[in-house]
Order: sequence, then C-alpha cells, then structure tokens
Amino acid sequence: MEWLKKNLPKIVVAPSFAVLLWFVYGFIAWTFYVSLTNSKLLPNYEFWGIHQYIRLWQMPRWHVAVENLFIFTILFIILCIFIGVILSIFLDQKIRSEGFLKTIYLYPMALSFIVTGTAWKWILNPTMGIEKFVNQLGFENFQFDWLVTPGMSIYTIVIAGVWQSSGFIMAIFLAGLRSIDDEVIKAAKVDGASTISIYMKIVLPMMRPVFMSAIVILVHLSIKSYDLVIALTAGGPGISSDMPAVFMTKMAFGRSEIGLASASAIMMFATVSAIIVPYLYSELRREQDVK
Amino acid sequence: MATLKIKNLEKKFNQTEVLKGINLEINDGDFLVLLGPSGCGKSTLLNTIAGLENSDNGEIIIDSQKVNDMEPSERDIAFVFQSYALYPAMNVEENIVFGLKQRKISKDKINESLNRIVELLKITELLKRKPAQLSGGQRQRVAMGRALVRDPKIFLFDEPLSNLDAKLRIEMRREIKKLHKNFKTTMVYVTHDQTEAMSLGTKIAIMNNGKIEQFDTPNNIYNKPNSIFVADFVGSPSMNFISGYIKKDENVISFFPDNEKQKSINLNLIKTKVNNSDEILLGIRPEHIFLKKEHAVRVTKDHNFAEIEVNPELHEYIGHEQIVTFNYYGQEILGKFSSSINIEIDKKMTLFVDLNSVSLFDKETKRRI
Amino acid sequence: MLNKINFSRIFLFLILGLFVFYYITPLYVMIVTSLKSMNEIREGNLFSLPSTINFDAWKIAWGGRGEGTSDTFLKPYFFNSLKITIPALIISTLLGAINGYALTKWKFKGANLIFLLFLFGTFIPYQAILLPMARTLGFLGISNSPIGLILVHSVYGLGFTTLFFRNYYVSISDEIVKAAKVDGAGFFKIFFTILLPISLPILVVTIIFQFTQIWNDFLFGVTFSFGEHAPIQVALNNMVLTSASVKYYNVDMAAAIMAALPTLVIYILAGNYFIKGLTAGSVKG
Repeated sequence: MEWLKKNLPKIVVAPSFAVLLWFVYGFIAWTFYVSLTNSKLLPNYEFWGIHQYIRLWQMPRWHVAVENLFIFTILFIILCIFIGVILSIFLDQKIRSEGFLKTIYLYPMALSFIVTGTAWKWILNPTMGIEKFVNQLGFENFQFDWLVTPGMSIYTIVIAGVWQSSGFIMAIFLAGLRSIDDEVIKAAKVDGASTISIYMKIVLPMMRPVFMSAIVILVHLSIKSYDLVIALTAGGPGISSDMPAVFMTKMAFGRSEIGLASASAIMMFATVSAIIVPYLYSELRREQDVK
Repeated sequence: MATLKIKNLEKKFNQTEVLKGINLEINDGDFLVLLGPSGCGKSTLLNTIAGLENSDNGEIIIDSQKVNDMEPSERDIAFVFQSYALYPAMNVEENIVFGLKQRKISKDKINESLNRIVELLKITELLKRKPAQLSGGQRQRVAMGRALVRDPKIFLFDEPLSNLDAKLRIEMRREIKKLHKNFKTTMVYVTHDQTEAMSLGTKIAIMNNGKIEQFDTPNNIYNKPNSIFVADFVGSPSMNFISGYIKKDENVISFFPDNEKQKSINLNLIKTKVNNSDEILLGIRPEHIFLKKEHAVRVTKDHNFAEIEVNPELHEYIGHEQIVTFNYYGQEILGKFSSSINIEIDKKMTLFVDLNSVSLFDKETKRRI
Repeated sequence: MLNKINFSRIFLFLILGLFVFYYITPLYVMIVTSLKSMNEIREGNLFSLPSTINFDAWKIAWGGRGEGTSDTFLKPYFFNSLKITIPALIISTLLGAINGYALTKWKFKGANLIFLLFLFGTFIPYQAILLPMARTLGFLGISNSPIGLILVHSVYGLGFTTLFFRNYYVSISDEIVKAAKVDGAGFFKIFFTILLPISLPILVVTIIFQFTQIWNDFLFGVTFSFGEHAPIQVALNNMVLTSASVKYYNVDMAAAIMAALPTLVIYILAGNYFIKGLTAGSVKG
C-alpha cells in the first residue's frame, strides 16, 4: 500500500510510456530491421544487409522523389517565410482590422490537405480553371497546364502548400514580434532609426529562434507531405511529382516491396531526426537557461 | 506547540550538496528565522522540515518524534508559501477548510475553526471570492488563514511577504508578530530580508552555502557576529571592515590600518586574544561612529573610543538620516548620522569610534576573534 | 511628412488586401462552383457567380443520386469520421492530461527523459510505423474497423496531448501542489480537485487540436481502412478521383466543403484556441 502510494505517478505514466515504447520506438526498430531484409509481400526476417538501401539509391524513381522533395522544400520554405514575415510585420503596424485579417490568413490551416488539394486541382484545371478565365479576358493564347505537365506539376504542389501553411508561419512570426521587448524598439527610435532599419537591423535579427522554429516546422511538414500530393497530382503525371512519402506507400502497399519501402521510410526518419535532434537539443538548452 | 530538533541534516541535488550537515534546536514557542542570500539552502531546509523534499542523511525530530519518513500531511505542520499557493478554482472558504476536510474532521468542528479564523483575520467579506479576485494583501491573509485553521504543531513560512509592496510588508510583518505573541506557536520562517529576520525572530540561523554560519538571538547576531559573512549580511548599511594588522609590545595592543605606519588604534581595553603582527579586519558598524567627542564619551562611559582622521567624500541624504562616505587611509568607511548635522565634503576631520562595539575578524579564516 | 505617412499606409493596406484576395479566392471558387449546375460551369468561368442558387450538388455530395452501388457520397463516411474522432480525442486527451500532470508535479527520476521521448515521438514521419502498425492491427483483428483507427489516433496523439498538458502544468506554481500535499491531498485528489478545474484553456486547445488532426487525417485512414469503413477524407479523395467519364466539379466542391466544415466551424468559433494549439504543437519546448 505504501509502495503503491509512493510509486503512483510512475504507475500512472507507465501505460502511456509502454505504448510509446512499443508503438513508436519498437515499430521504428522493426521497420529498420525489415529494411535490412529481403522482404516482399510479407516480412522475412533473414538478414540481407544494406541491399535494399543500395537498390533504393539505384532507382530512378527514388531519385525523382528526392529531387522533388528538395525542390518542394526549398520553395515551400522560402515562400512561406517570405509571406509570413511580410504579413506579420505589416499586421504589426497597429492595424485596426487585425483580428479579421488574421482570421482570413489562417483559415486554410483548418482545412485538410485533401480538401486543399481538391480545391486547387479545380482552380488549376488545365481547361476549365484559371486558363479559361484568362482566355475569356481576351488573352486567347494563355496556357496554364502545369498540373498535367511533367516537371511542372511539382510546382502546383508548392502553390497549394504555400497557400495552406503560410498563414500559420505569419502567426508564429507575429507572436515572435509581439514578444520582443518594447524598450529595445523605443531605444532605437530615440536613436533615430527609421521603421525599415528598425525591422531589418534590430527586430528580425532578434527573431532568429523564430526563424529556426519556422524552418524546422516547414521541413518537417514537407518531408511528411503525402496527402497533398495524392489529392492534387497523385504523384503524376507518371511519377513526375512523386515524393518520398508517396514512394514509400506505393512500394509498401502497391508493389509489395516492404523491404524497400522500409528502407525509404528509414531514410525519411533519418532526415527528420538529423534536423529535429539538434533543434530539440538547442530548445531544451534554452529552456534550461531561462530557468 | 512543539520543539524542533535537526541533527546533521544533509541533502544533495544531483551532485551539488545543498545542505551540508545542518544542526538546529529550538524550543516550544520559538520563532526561528532562517536568513541568508538566495541559493543558500534555506528554502530547501524548510521544505525538508515539511517533508516536501527528502533528505539524504540526518534526522528531523518534532516533539521527540522522528518525522523523516512521514508524509507532509502526517507531520502536523502548516506551510505558508511565497506565492501563497491558493487553489485557484476554489473560493476563500473552500481554500481554508480544504486541509480540514482531507482529515475527515466533522462539519461542526470545521465550521467552528473557520469562524475562529475568519474573525481573527477579519476576512468575512472575502469568503465567497476566488483567489483571482483578491489583492496581494488579501491573498496573503487567506494563506495565513489556511495555515492557522489547522492549529498545527509548527508553522512554516517561506518568504511569505516578499511579493507584497513595502508598506503592506511592514503591516503584515507586525501581524505575524502579533499572531506569534498571542498563540505562542513554534514557527520557522525563511527570508532574505534582514529587517524581517531581526524584527520577527527569537532565534536566527544565518545560512550560507548549505551551512549555518551562526545560530543565535537577534541581538547576538547583530552585535557579536561570528564571521565576516554574518557581519556583512546583517545591518544596513553593512559593517565597515578596516584592513590592517596588530602590533603588540609589552602591554600595548595597537591596530595599524594598511598604508599607515604612524597613527594606530589602541585596542587595550578589548578583551581579545590577538598576537603580534596578526592580519585582521576591524569591523565597525556605521552607527558606532560619532562626529563629536561628547557623544563618544556619553556612549562608551569607560572612554574606550578611538579618534581617527578621515576625509569625507560623499554624502547621501535619506530623510531622517544621512550616510557619509569617508576616506580613511585609502579605505572606505561609512557613517550614519542624523541629517540635521552639516558635514563639509573634502574637509579633513576627526571621527570617534566606539571601541566597545567593534568586532575583530581573522583575515584568513574570516571568523570572529 | 503627412503625405509620406499616408502613402506608406496605403501601400500597407494594398499588400494586406492582396493577400486577403489570395487566401479567400479558393474558398470563394469552391462555394460558387458548388452552387452552379454543370452547364453553367462549362459555359462560365471559375469566378462567375451562379445565376440561381442551386443546392443540387450539395444534395448529391451528401446523399448520392440513388443509382445503386457505384454511387459514392459522403454521409456514411462523415459519421465514420465522427465515430473515430470523438473516442480517440477523448482517450488521448485524458491520458495526456494525467501524464502531463505526473511528469511535472511529481517529478520522479527519469521524468525528463520520458518527456523527451514523447516529444521526439511527435516528430516522426508516420511512414516509419505504417507497416508494423498494419500487421499489429491485423494481429489484433481490428484492421479496417473504427476500433483500429481509434487505437491508431489515440496512440499517435498521445505525444501531442502529453506535450500540451506538460507545458501548461509547468507554468503552474509547484507551491499549489505542495500546499495540497501539506493539506493531506493525494495524487488523484490534487489532480481532480485542484489542477483539472483550472485546466479548461489547455483542455479546449488540446481537444480542438486533436479533433482537427484526426478529422483531417488521410494517411492512417487510407492505409488502415477501405470501403465502407473509410473516414471522410479518404471518401472525398475517392469521390474526386472517380474514373467516371463525366466529372461533376460542382459535386466535388460541395463534398470538399462538407469535409472541411466541422474544422472550419471550430476555427471560426474558437480561432484563438485553434492557433494556440497549432503553435504549441509545432513550436515545442
């Protein structure tokens, strides 16, 4: 009874912790092991070395997926941060309708990627969408068929992704701006700095941690991006807008190549870890410094 | 109503020792103040007495019963926290009786105790309010009520006044003093404010770096500090320390301040065990320095005072008093005088030091000689 | 000077207005398209208003045409999603609350490490657990069932809910818990009578966050269920991807709005809590 009382907090956390160990870390370990086997439709636990990784990196399709991820991530980050910074700074200028504007900028975050993809798929429809509208304005030769053009379809995913997530980045930056000590800005004003140089030289450099967080969030979102690709292009035309997440599920559930699929999943996991671990480390360090 | 005895208490957080062998003993009805700078271990000691933290070694004895292994609620103590720690979702009444309800005390008794406390602290009109609707002083009052209602053996206070403004703090201080006077309950009180410590405590334990530097009555702490640390920590402005050495020939003991070979201070009348060429610090409180010889004569009676030549350099006016900074052979000395006296800056003058009130410290060990 | 201020102010509003246009356009297009007939869609353009307000597409998207088996419509899947979302969000929120409480107010050895493992768990790409999860669900005999998806969402929501409550309880003074211990209250008493009553803000944030996450999930839905047990996002995607020769864009848009409606309504009613959840869920620590 005394023992129970003393260990109650541990006992309460234990089931969740066990679930975490099994369903997250255990499963990752399983996936890692299977990536080292020659498993096809069913797992086969015979060790096969790193053959699946070699196969993976020899596949043109994987290279397309990685390249697309690269293009998507870079553009997604640059555009979201650009829009987020501009909007947050502008909203920070004592705008009376701030609440209303924020509501509009952020609502896409409430929509699923499937809904987002469905909407943009219609807007970017090569015959009935934007193209038709511009044609009707009198520009008869205007063409906008990225959605069905190999090599261009990946950019439609960027357009829809930025639309969905940039408002959120704005919100993060706005919160960052609001947390900056007013006195620093007052001091700069007393020193005669213009609004633009106050932001460029004082405020934005102070927001380095916010930039870091925003980049980590966006990289994380883009590596996980699956739904949006499926809804907008389904990886097509052909495989031209494949991404690693799509590649993995196709290999696992379409082609019955679960060894190979596991290898690609582990590649994704390793990439995320390489970004998250240092980030978490620095965040926790900061938290401890505050204490 | 209880005695408290602490024997050789030790505690570590990870690798750092926060309590390094604490020994204390107080009697029934004592008001013990744990005084020290932040990080000295005083709050940890209080938490350990309460059972909110465990010790690694040593004993805590309340009324001849060892309580080390008892839960906080079984030790029959009450705790008043710095942040008051009122339960935000409960109103004042529920806050006060929560502890009684946990102990399954009958409704009638709870009501009786509640009424007693409400009357004592005059908080009738607050009973149905939530903590968020109270001012700082009112919260403090409720926190006290929550402790008092239980009628425990020992009251523990962890800097209970530090979140109040200056005026309210003095008011509440007086009220705590009154409570102690009326109830005669044993109290342990943590603070870093020396005025609070002096005015409240019947015993003060000055803590530094996990150890008790001095455990004594307020009077002794102030007038006979055991170490430079204690002397420096208590008093405002703090004690002056004049660095110098002892010259002992025949029956004459003289103190020569650094940088001065001619003029010395005669320490003959002080009963002290010093040796020739001992390096010491001579401690003088600012209020034991006089501007006029008559004052020194009147205060010391046995004419045990020294004349020192100084140069006044700075003068701070603080209402009824003034603090003057003097240069004494390159060392700084502060004096505290009535503000009605005029002192001309940068005009050499003579001061009179009450030698009955000085303290001598060993430069090396920093202990009292 | 005055002119200069006015000019920059106008520029400011111009840019802000432009972005209003950018964000609102897709929603506008969805709504007008869903209210048009197919003929109107073919003749007009994306932005043209419908000549008459016509809810036929909505009716079809919700209840179908009554054409038998090939007919897909959202109604059953909408309720599938509710059946999955509500239990999963309740389970994960309750467990998260008690975990957050135990990890902050009863710090035991290893509590920080456990929290770190939970935190890291929220970042993992789910592809790394899909295959073993599919096998586990099969082994338990709950694949392609609401129970299976409830389990999956509860398990992978746990990291987030624990994180939310942990960060909230860290900001609440430890002295309150100490005071309650001196008063004689135990682990559960302190949680239920002292902390839970002041946890409403974080409870709302967590519930909204979990609801949005689970409602909008596609990956788990499409991997662990099919056919009649699919959640709404999967059904919407199937509807849009239909191989039928005639595409009904108005029905697609009506369906998309329906799938988005619950989360949109929550966003409009409780926008602040919604944003707080998103920020807390991604800017960790």
